[in-house]
Amino acid sequence: MPDLDSISILTLWTAIAIYAGSFIAYAFDLARRSAVSAEAKVLVGVGAGGGADAVELGSDAGSASGAVGSDGAPMKKQRFVLARIGTSLAVLGWLFHLTATVTRGVAAGRVPWANLYEFAMIGTLLIMLVYLVMLTRLDLQYLGSFISGLVLVLLGAAAANFYVDVTPLVDPLKSVWLVIHVFVASLSTALFALAFALSVMQLMQSRRERRIAEGMAKTGPGFLRTLPGTVRLENMAYHFTVVGFIFWTFTLIAGSIWAQDAWGRYWGFDVKETWTFIIWVLYAGYIHARATRGWRGNPSAWLSITGFAAVIFNFAIVNVFFKGLHAYSGLS
Amino acid sequence: MSSSRSDKKNTNKKNSDTSALGDVPAQADRTGSSAASDPLRPSDHIDYVENGSGEINQPKLGFVGWARWGWRQLTSMRVALVLLLALAIAAIPGSIFPQRSADPNGVLKYKAENPDLFPVLDNLSLFDVYSSPWFSAIYLLLFISLIGCIIPRIKHHAKALRAQPPRTPARLARLDDHVARTWVPDGGTNADADADADADADAAASRAAGVAEKQLKALGYRVARYDRGRTRSVSAERGYWRETGNLVFHIALVGVLITVAIGGGYAYTGQKVVVEGASFVNTLIDYNSMNRGRFVADDSFDPYALTLDSFDITYEDFGQPGAGQAGNFAANLSVREPDGSTREGTVKVNHPLVIGGDKIYLLGNGYAPTITVRNAEGVKVLSQPVEFLPQDSSMTSMGVIKIPDGLSEQVGMLGFLYPTAVKLESGAFASAHGALQLPLLTLDVYEGDLGIDDGTPRSVYQLDTNDLTKLTGRTTDLKSIQLQPGETADLPNNMGTITFEDASPAGAADTLQSVKRYVSLQIHHDDSALWVLVFALLALTGLGLALFVPRRRMWVKATASADGVHLEYAGLARGDDPTLAAAVDDLARGHERLLDGTTPRRDIPAKGA
Ligand code: HEM
Repeated sequence: MPDLDSISILTLWTAIAIYAGSFIAYAFDLARRSAVSAEAKVLVGVGAGGGADAVELGSDAGSASGAVGSDGAPMKKQRFVLARIGTSLAVLGWLFHLTATVTRGVAAGRVPWANLYEFAMIGTLLIMLVYLVMLTRLDLQYLGSFISGLVLVLLGAAAANFYVDVTPLVDPLKSVWLVIHVFVASLSTALFALAFALSVMQLMQSRRERRIAEGMAKTGPGFLRTLPGTVRLENMAYHFTVVGFIFWTFTLIAGSIWAQDAWGRYWGFDVKETWTFIIWVLYAGYIHARATRGWRGNPSAWLSITGFAAVIFNFAIVNVFFKGLHAYSGLS
Repeated sequence: MSSSRSDKKNTNKKNSDTSALGDVPAQADRTGSSAASDPLRPSDHIDYVENGSGEINQPKLGFVGWARWGWRQLTSMRVALVLLLALAIAAIPGSIFPQRSADPNGVLKYKAENPDLFPVLDNLSLFDVYSSPWFSAIYLLLFISLIGCIIPRIKHHAKALRAQPPRTPARLARLDDHVARTWVPDGGTNADADADADADADAAASRAAGVAEKQLKALGYRVARYDRGRTRSVSAERGYWRETGNLVFHIALVGVLITVAIGGGYAYTGQKVVVEGASFVNTLIDYNSMNRGRFVADDSFDPYALTLDSFDITYEDFGQPGAGQAGNFAANLSVREPDGSTREGTVKVNHPLVIGGDKIYLLGNGYAPTITVRNAEGVKVLSQPVEFLPQDSSMTSMGVIKIPDGLSEQVGMLGFLYPTAVKLESGAFASAHGALQLPLLTLDVYEGDLGIDDGTPRSVYQLDTNDLTKLTGRTTDLKSIQLQPGETADLPNNMGTITFEDASPAGAADTLQSVKRYVSLQIHHDDSALWVLVFALLALTGLGLALFVPRRRMWVKATASADGVHLEYAGLARGDDPTLAAAVDDLARGHERLLDGTTPRRDIPAKGA
């Protein structure tokens, strides 16, 4: 019998390597956008023949190829070749990632999200999935380096530090709620991640817009010129967050039902419960902030960022270093 | 049919557009809410526009004025937001410091490790964060704010649910989402007979408006007709569920808080350790520990009884991943109901047993070696299973035997049970597996004052050796007592004997059942849990409605003129509504189809129309 878990490990590291490639392509894409938009003022379109040389960009970022339109022409029309390479690699990496996750599940004979290593695997799988699915409806490729970078770091760290052998489940985890609660939690994490990336972009864009308004010469990274304005970024972040928030609310309720069965009470301010609650309250605050005078815009973006920081803290720090009933990291 | 749509997008469209509407009454014009059907919002809400009565400008001096001002502050969006953030921050220390409610042993440990810091932190309630004055203050203020905020909104919304959609604005073209067309009904216009043509056009306009009215009704809109001069118009509104959902959500939160607060008074949670073969009767005195709400009377327990018939457990095989890991715990119980009937029941992790309003949970399990102690004359002074507490995953277990009477001195014994004993290189024992493959009991004997005569409560699981003299084991001349099931040893100083009874059933071929097991059960009663769940699910439903039901107004206007019927369609979002533009287009297209597919004669540019 082939050792499925070894296959899983192998495909996971392959996925990590491909994600690294995706990250690099996306990063060069941003660099190129900066260069292109800086040149765009000067250059008249010379025709977009740049597929081949765009690949080994960096050096010839200043060349005219690919730069189309004058200032103010909608940059959306441009075909960001490097971004598309980044996306293709992300899709490819995701397929390996999916294979790794599925084989891990088959090897374990259960859903592949029962210890920290597996939480990281499914969580990043969903972050990438939500991003890629949204790409079919919205142009979000400017978030690519952000998303693939985040996934790369989380997945790499988990694979390197959190790996545990497949072991049978401990009794409290033998429940349908493991399937539902953990999956939905991971899904909302994925949505919050996307909102987080958009909020960061929003803050950068807002800084740029302010500098333009003040007539400053330096307006920050040039790629921002190819991004939507702050209002659009904020609206997108908001929509991802509210969907994530609903899932998070469900996570909280499902977790309480499970806790009632497994631990004999639905709520006990266990460390993990506490942080789930804190995150919920933070995002409720974010939603309110968006509806409050003087809080829309940058302050609410900061709240979205704080919310996601708490999500990551809950995942990486609370799971590993805090003691409590949710001691399912599998690490000893 | 071709048409033009205005395409001006500004960032703050709701406010700018509503105030631009022409024929709405002056008052409503200034508020930006052209109808009573707009949801009420606190004055610092982003969609709020001052209503012109000047109320919020200057607080009247005097107590009432200040109280009103304070109340307005408390029920503002800003304060709600600050309180929410304060709540999040205030919850953090409870995850850093051990809490008495969740981890009492952790608190004791913290106290032992930080004797100087502990009293300071304790005074700040950092070990009872969630019942601390400051935490309570924050959430109580938040809920007062919440109630103060939603009551006027509920009243307002109740009226809005019965209100008519607002009057059609004079200049629809000023709205972002606007489509204009000209429709020439069959037969065209008759240039020779002006009066006839006018009548025809008016009839056609009426028909168009009537069709739109039906169409919007079918789409779930509430509709009203506003006709004026040669203009027929339909005003429609939908999405009242959005505000209903928002209110349901906030009310349900209050519901959760109240049920938790009241429910706690009627809830109880008790613990009981039951050894195989033994019983537990659900009365206050039979519990090992009990935590009950203030309204739970001494006699409010259903007098059912439980007997632990057996306890199941499995171990992962050697050579498998997770070898030796225990699981599939199941306590097989006989239940005698208060009415005397009996039944079997099993308690597993994740599967509590329900008896009446109580739920029985399996919290833990362990070994309870049966110990018999006889005095020098051979008279039994103790013979019972003694619960040992597991110390590690291989079930190395520690237990205490106290014999206050019957021997020449009070005697305490500190024992270790190794289910599968192995000798380490150091000479110490350890257990290699949780099952009873090679059980070994070691005991150290102490004599002296057990300290139970002065009435101080002492844990049965702890032996305070301060006032005792050690008789066996390290630092003494005698070796610790070592027993396998069925063996007997002499106690030091000829005090008597001790026997580790073999509890195996008759004819057993191995030692796997030689020691009885015990389970630690938790009995939990909380009728409010169901209501908390109901409110939580209500909150979730309300949230879904509040966030995803689009709230929008639609207008269709048909103006009769010499060259046909001028049709206008416009939409206005109340809140985030990314699909509004598509909805206006759909409306126009659907209307056109319903108007017998008649084509318009020419386009009218929407801008400036
Ligand atoms: C327990 C505390 C609270 C929580 C957890 C909470 C949570 C939420 C959430 C999740 C939403 C978004 C869903 C929706 O739009 O219906 C919301 C909206 C809203 N909340 Fe609260 N809320 C709380 C207290 C308050 C208080 C005290 C007020 C009044 C000052 C308030 C006023 C509002 C308003 C006006 C909206 C609509 C926002 C909009 O127009 O988008 N909430 N709240």
